[in-house]
Amino acid sequence: MTGTETVLGAPAERREGREKVTGTARYAAEFDVPGRAQCLPVPATVARGRVTGVDAAPALALPGVLAVLTHENAPRLAAPDDPVLAVLQSPRVPHRGWFVALVVAETLEAARAGAAAVRITYDAEGYDVTLTPSHPEAYVPQEVNAGYPGLREHGDPDAAFAASPARVDVEYRVPPLHNHPMEPHASTAYWDGDRLVVHTSSQGTNAVRAALAAMFELPEDRIRVVAEHVGGGFGSKGTPRPDVVLAAMAARHTGRPVTLALPRRCLPAVVGHRAPTLHRLRLGAEADGRLTSLVHEVTTHSSRIKEFVEQAAVPARVMYATPTARTLHRVARLDVPTPSWMRAPGEAPGMYALESALDELATELGMDPVELRIRNEPETEPDSGRPFSSRHLVECLREGARRFGWSERDPRPRSRAAGPLLVGTGVAAATYPVLVAPSTAAAQALPDGGFLVRTNATDIGTGARTVLAQVAADALGVPLERVRIEVGSTDLPPAPLAGGSSGTASWGWAVHEACVRLRDRLAGHSGPLPAEGVTASADTSGRADADQPWSRHAFGAHFAEVAVDTVTGEVRVRRLLGVFAAGRILNARTARSQFIGGMTMGLGMALTEDSTMDPAFGDFTQSDLASYHVPAHADVLSVEAHWVDEDDDHLNPMGSKGIGEIGIVGSAAAIGNAVHHATGIRFRELPLTPDRVLTGLLEHEHPAGTLGA
Amino acid sequence: MKPFTYVRADSVEEATDAFAAHPGARYLGGGTNLVDLMKLGVEAPAALVDVHRLPLDTVEELPDGALRIGAMVRNSDLAAHPTVRDRYPALSQAVLAGASGQLRNAATTGGNLLQRTRCPYFQDVSKPCNKREPGTGCGALEGVHRDHAVLGYSQQCIATNPSDMAVALAALDARVELYGTEGARSVAAADFHRLPGDHPERDTEIRPGELITGVVLPAGPASASAYRKARDRASYAFALASVAAVLHMTDGVVDRVGIAFGALAHRPWRARRAEEALLGAAPTAAAFEHAVDLELAAARPLRDNAYKVPLARRLALDVLGRLAPPVTT
Repeated sequence: MTGTETVLGAPAERREGREKVTGTARYAAEFDVPGRAQCLPVPATVARGRVTGVDAAPALALPGVLAVLTHENAPRLAAPDDPVLAVLQSPRVPHRGWFVALVVAETLEAARAGAAAVRITYDAEGYDVTLTPSHPEAYVPQEVNAGYPGLREHGDPDAAFAASPARVDVEYRVPPLHNHPMEPHASTAYWDGDRLVVHTSSQGTNAVRAALAAMFELPEDRIRVVAEHVGGGFGSKGTPRPDVVLAAMAARHTGRPVTLALPRRCLPAVVGHRAPTLHRLRLGAEADGRLTSLVHEVTTHSSRIKEFVEQAAVPARVMYATPTARTLHRVARLDVPTPSWMRAPGEAPGMYALESALDELATELGMDPVELRIRNEPETEPDSGRPFSSRHLVECLREGARRFGWSERDPRPRSRAAGPLLVGTGVAAATYPVLVAPSTAAAQALPDGGFLVRTNATDIGTGARTVLAQVAADALGVPLERVRIEVGSTDLPPAPLAGGSSGTASWGWAVHEACVRLRDRLAGHSGPLPAEGVTASADTSGRADADQPWSRHAFGAHFAEVAVDTVTGEVRVRRLLGVFAAGRILNARTARSQFIGGMTMGLGMALTEDSTMDPAFGDFTQSDLASYHVPAHADVLSVEAHWVDEDDDHLNPMGSKGIGEIGIVGSAAAIGNAVHHATGIRFRELPLTPDRVLTGLLEHEHPAGTLGA
Repeated sequence: MKPFTYVRADSVEEATDAFAAHPGARYLGGGTNLVDLMKLGVEAPAALVDVHRLPLDTVEELPDGALRIGAMVRNSDLAAHPTVRDRYPALSQAVLAGASGQLRNAATTGGNLLQRTRCPYFQDVSKPCNKREPGTGCGALEGVHRDHAVLGYSQQCIATNPSDMAVALAALDARVELYGTEGARSVAAADFHRLPGDHPERDTEIRPGELITGVVLPAGPASASAYRKARDRASYAFALASVAAVLHMTDGVVDRVGIAFGALAHRPWRARRAEEALLGAAPTAAAFEHAVDLELAAARPLRDNAYKVPLARRLALDVLGRLAPPVTT
């Protein structure tokens, strides 16, 4: 053990990379348990109402159809904490696409035919799926997502705004967005006697097990949940989803192993979505750019069955110094699918609006937008007054500006043309909180000189296995290749989910402690190890979740260059450059992937990803990947991520902040700001698709009245 | 899935015979659209007659200088063919503007012409659609229709044809060759697709059992041609609007012109009025504007798609302007 050189920070390759690219990595729907049946759900075709009748006979008459489960015959389950899991328990239809039946069959094809053959009759009711800024049913919730208060107020922001020499009062709209991970939600379930075994595509199997135990009224130790490989989640697999409940139910009902892989078209209605957000921003400032007032008010929707409020006004509580502020959420409960977590909930839409408004203020003041942000750098967290454990936003802005060549920018809008293209650049800041949850882990020294580290982390494609092995090797002081990692099963020491950019911090803390303990134990050991090896374990409860006096956040800055085609209104991002301050970066390779993945998702939010709640039918119109446009390779010409080193002792033993989400925060604003710089036109509704941009360009060319019509 | 019979045909006659012998049959080419529609329950054929191995996979120059593209030529091969790229650039550009590399590798020329609309109401069997199920109504009319037609639609159907390739073929005066139990015939590509009228369930003029065997591009003087498409993302997105144009000048005036719009109507929209206005005219910006505006005066945008008219106009003026030699005044 020479071990002077740490492996923390090294660009170690993904441990499961070979399995994935050769197709041997198995996902939840690929566990071909002997005797396995397939099933498919039947989505409701009314936006609100009640099932009045089910005729399963035509489905049951088809060859290969084994069973049709509905609210009339499905196993009764205990009420779940999350109402979206109470599937086939009542005739109530809370939104279009809610599952009203499940067809179990020998094959996927038979299940599909069966699902099409089930006849459901409804008592349809009037419905409302349309969110408006002044929706009469909107109210201010006590709490928004993640437990933040719905409303915070400091001083008299309205009076301060009215008295400000520079003012911006603007509205922005962000449409519903969908997580759409590459691997759709899927579960394979079977009963082994009185034990339930589930392979599921989830960001955290301990939470899945707890939900199943409660609903099926089983002790947790009789349920085994495995998520060995997960093809992305982006928040939509952070909580158990109906697929796992339905698969377990169908397995119990039929006595067969059952797989349910949700069709892509079902996803928008049943796995959560980012709720649409309507923003009103009022910024007041002195002539030197210092904020005097900040008001961020957000109106959003949730479903009839659950209050989930996208916390989009929360980042405004963290970003800029201001003597007066109000950050407020309103939510209207509509007959829509239930929204949920999507990458950087709150921050992604909230920072789009705040950082766009700040750019508008910079224009109003005639100030450089980088300098305006620096001018408003706070000493302590503006809302709470707590000191920052570390904050290097200014360094990110300066370093990004240097790398991007910001100083060469002509600040005048519409000042750079290349043939029919208008070229512009924009900047926006990013922030994401440091979250961490208690975790356990065990580390074992084996007689052959290897080490086995076990924790129920989930690797959803981020490289969690790899970085945990690095944490372990570093703590043990051994080469990386001597460490083996087991994750993704409730057989392992319990651990929290991969979500909130908290996974590495939470699991890594426990892994680090277990390994340090093991190293100490080995130091006192002489002679060969016993056959069972030597084991040490750790549990960070009470410490990882302890109250602490610090405001802890990662920060970053995005710079974008866009070209706007004046013929078509098409916007293409030529360059996207991000600089992040996120504590210590533990794996340069996988961290870069996280950053550029988030930035690319922000590019999609800015330009291509659009979802429309159809007022005529009450569902999302774009329900496949041909119509819900995530960026294609051709949209992503150059994305660069860099970071500034941070040394922060108030985080965890590794000194890391989360990196999974901050990449999407602010990138859409940087792109939108660049579009303004290119065109001189403010577009305040995402995404910036050609229909909107061309309409803006036409109005700019021919202001109202100049055409005489 | 409804069980179906599968027949692989080795000759055109075998294919049409098999089709006739199996009521409810469909021809299967690359399967890039039909198989999706079967999974969605939009199509439930009783039999699939697989034609993708028919010996119709070559591009050949005919004695009169025309170019015949076999119906089974893959989209990728069509776009890359040197003669196509050289003499009919609009076609190569249009094919490359469609779908993704993987889909173009599988999709056939004949199949591309017969792909169905991507209207979300057509693809969702839980919603009304006169094209899918005549008499049920048009979901898109009251629903979300940013992507729908502005020209030639009916109250029965406002869907658009999704093909890029077909737009270029319409502008290039191509002909579609068909073979059926009543023999062979050909139809102008510009007339191959229909307007919806009262029968939106019929996309094309093809007769039951007829098989597309090829597409013929006319001989003639080399003309400049180009295709341009506007879309929501840079690749793998259907057109918001597109245009294909062919332009030929003699002695400073236009003596041959073909213009077709995509994504504006139930079929590639051949802009005959614009062409008439340009024939014999000098290719000036003013002449192009006049001609294109004449054509688009017939547009009747819906609630959500007014942008398509100026978008199509600007695309057309851009393409025509690039095809015309610089005019010195």
